[in-house]
Amino acid sequence: MTAEQVFTSLKAKFGDAVLEAKLDALQPWILVVPERMKEVALFLRDDPAMQFDYLMCLSGMDYNDGKLGVVYHLFSTVHRHKIVLKVQCAKETPHVQSVSAVWGTANWHEREAYDLLGIIFDEHPDLRRILLPDDWGGYPLRKDYRVPEFYNGVKVPY
Amino acid sequence: MNGSKTLLTSYVSQPGEIKTSSGKTLRTDEMIINMGPQHPSTHGVLRLEIVVDGEIIVDVIPHIGYLHRCFEKHAEHMTNYQQVIPYADRMDYVAAMNMEQGYAVAMERMLKIEVPERVEYIRVIMAELQRIASHLVAVGTFGIDAGAFTPFLYAFHDRERILDLFEMTCGARLLYNYVWVGGLSHDLPPQFIDKAKEFCKYYRPRIKEFNDLLTYNEIFVKRTANVGVLPKDVAINYACSGPMLRASGVNWDLRRDDPYSVYDRFEWEPQVGKGEMGTVGDTWDRHIVRMREIEQSVNIIEQALAGIPEGNVQAAIPKRIRPERGEIYARTEAPRGEIGYYIVSDGSTTPFRVKARSPAFVNLSVLPEISRGAMLADLVLIAAGVDIVLGEVDR
Amino acid sequence: MGLLDKQFQNGNVLVTSLDTLLNWARLSSLWQMQWGLACCAIEMMATSASNFDIMRFGVIPRATPRQVDVLFVAGTVTLKMASRIKRLYDQMAEPRYVLSMGSCANCGGPYWEHGYHVLKGVDRVIPVDVYVPGCPPRPEALLEGIIKLQEKVRKESLVKKSA
Repeated sequence: MTAEQVFTSLKAKFGDAVLEAKLDALQPWILVVPERMKEVALFLRDDPAMQFDYLMCLSGMDYNDGKLGVVYHLFSTVHRHKIVLKVQCAKETPHVQSVSAVWGTANWHEREAYDLLGIIFDEHPDLRRILLPDDWGGYPLRKDYRVPEFYNGVKVPY
Repeated sequence: MNGSKTLLTSYVSQPGEIKTSSGKTLRTDEMIINMGPQHPSTHGVLRLEIVVDGEIIVDVIPHIGYLHRCFEKHAEHMTNYQQVIPYADRMDYVAAMNMEQGYAVAMERMLKIEVPERVEYIRVIMAELQRIASHLVAVGTFGIDAGAFTPFLYAFHDRERILDLFEMTCGARLLYNYVWVGGLSHDLPPQFIDKAKEFCKYYRPRIKEFNDLLTYNEIFVKRTANVGVLPKDVAINYACSGPMLRASGVNWDLRRDDPYSVYDRFEWEPQVGKGEMGTVGDTWDRHIVRMREIEQSVNIIEQALAGIPEGNVQAAIPKRIRPERGEIYARTEAPRGEIGYYIVSDGSTTPFRVKARSPAFVNLSVLPEISRGAMLADLVLIAAGVDIVLGEVDR
Repeated sequence: MGLLDKQFQNGNVLVTSLDTLLNWARLSSLWQMQWGLACCAIEMMATSASNFDIMRFGVIPRATPRQVDVLFVAGTVTLKMASRIKRLYDQMAEPRYVLSMGSCANCGGPYWEHGYHVLKGVDRVIPVDVYVPGCPPRPEALLEGIIKLQEKVRKESLVKKSA
């Protein structure tokens, strides 16, 4: 299936939840509404024509214009096709519906996106910091992050 | 229940209770054991919080992040896309060539650069040599975790010869900065091809010797067969890749199925676990898949050495890397699995975002699923069989 | 001091100072903690393998900090790990030494500029005796670091307080 077919199929089933698509990029992507990510994900995994059962990568993004986002790279081991999904949300209210019930690997990827970028995944079973210590302040991969001077009495910068 | 199933059912009547020989019931409690960031297993700084009921594991909670070295933040601040290569090296320091190659492949697809044939052949030779070296570290430390110290010495002795080859080419033993976007930093020295052929001839009988020493050893088989079984559908749902996935019976190898470089010119086969000593997808299967992959890598290296063309390895290296606005995700087969780079460019010479999807991070997330119900002593081998490198898990 | 058997011309009697004897005993059996953090740990493992063989210097890896003399900090120290290193160092019995191996443990290494989670040098939490530079240091460099540590131990004295 090409990206265009996936897009028309999603648009037919979900209507407003699927916003737009950029089909002429090197790797075409489809933009989805963050509150309905889980149903779109379930459809993509279970529909016999799609069967995207392998989540290759889930990355958090800071677009540096007041918006955060998540990018999902999906792959189907049955049909051997790929698709990219994106969601975007405002920096003040960064809520995205979690897909960890759909693909088990999303659990840790979403924890990492929360840890480094501060994106909150609703319905995640265990959303806490994974790479940084639990008492770390701030979200380092954001573009406006400032390195703290001290952490627990130890000087951080060089 | 996963894991060892024979002893349990005769002694434990139901979870939380033990029946004594006189028929009375003893109530048991769960205990939390911390296998801390410092432990004598050589896999690095991983902390496992283990909830045990006697000897049987109820849950394992991995805590990572003790080696988080901010790779993605560094990539955003480099003045040049080539400067990310040394940081990519240090992510999976045991398989540095494969990490560099993954990044170079992603960048070359984004910039639409065609590298010379000689570069592709040399990259394949280096990647396969590095795969052998990485699997030797994996099986050597696996042996130590099982209690066998000698295979470690055998493995490292052979690994030194591979590191000699690397040092001859680029000057470094472990972290190379060799595979650049568009080419390589140095061409092969004149004596490399003969020395590499000599190594391949020397090493083939050593694989059989190593197998006799460790792999088919009765104690080792008893400790690893039927332990940590990973079913196929769980493996795909948790996006496992590399030997973890192939040991569960899935015939999937990125070098053949999502092709990059010139692997299609050589005759080789991805190795799949068949459950010869126990169940498909147990720890012994992962071990034998790695040993057989070493043999396949030697085949690939010999074929590549025979057919390497002439050329200039630095011809296609761009003077200035300034991609258009856009993004790409590209994946290659590292010894631990699928290493993917998601690179976003905003049109300048500095990367906007580089996300590294590391195989060990994803493979480690399946550890709680496969170790429930195993004995405490089996957990060490299950964790060793996943073959993690903490530099890659934490980036 | 030389090999013991060369001293036995005069009827199996050996005359030396207590300092020399004690220091010689300590430097010939510097037990290390079997622990590595990052890439330098692989080079440390290669040093203890058969090609470079650290055990001929008397350096045996032990699993617990209570039984070791020297701590090789091999690899990058992160802020999350720093408190654990301090705790491990406190558990060692005196006389104890620290050998900082590699650029990252010396001064933060390649992560000095933008590493928000990297401790810029392990000497910010524990005192270090020997620094071994390199990224990663070759096994021969680590062996030289051990020899330098042995020379430091050789000069110690029971009477004079060392650092």
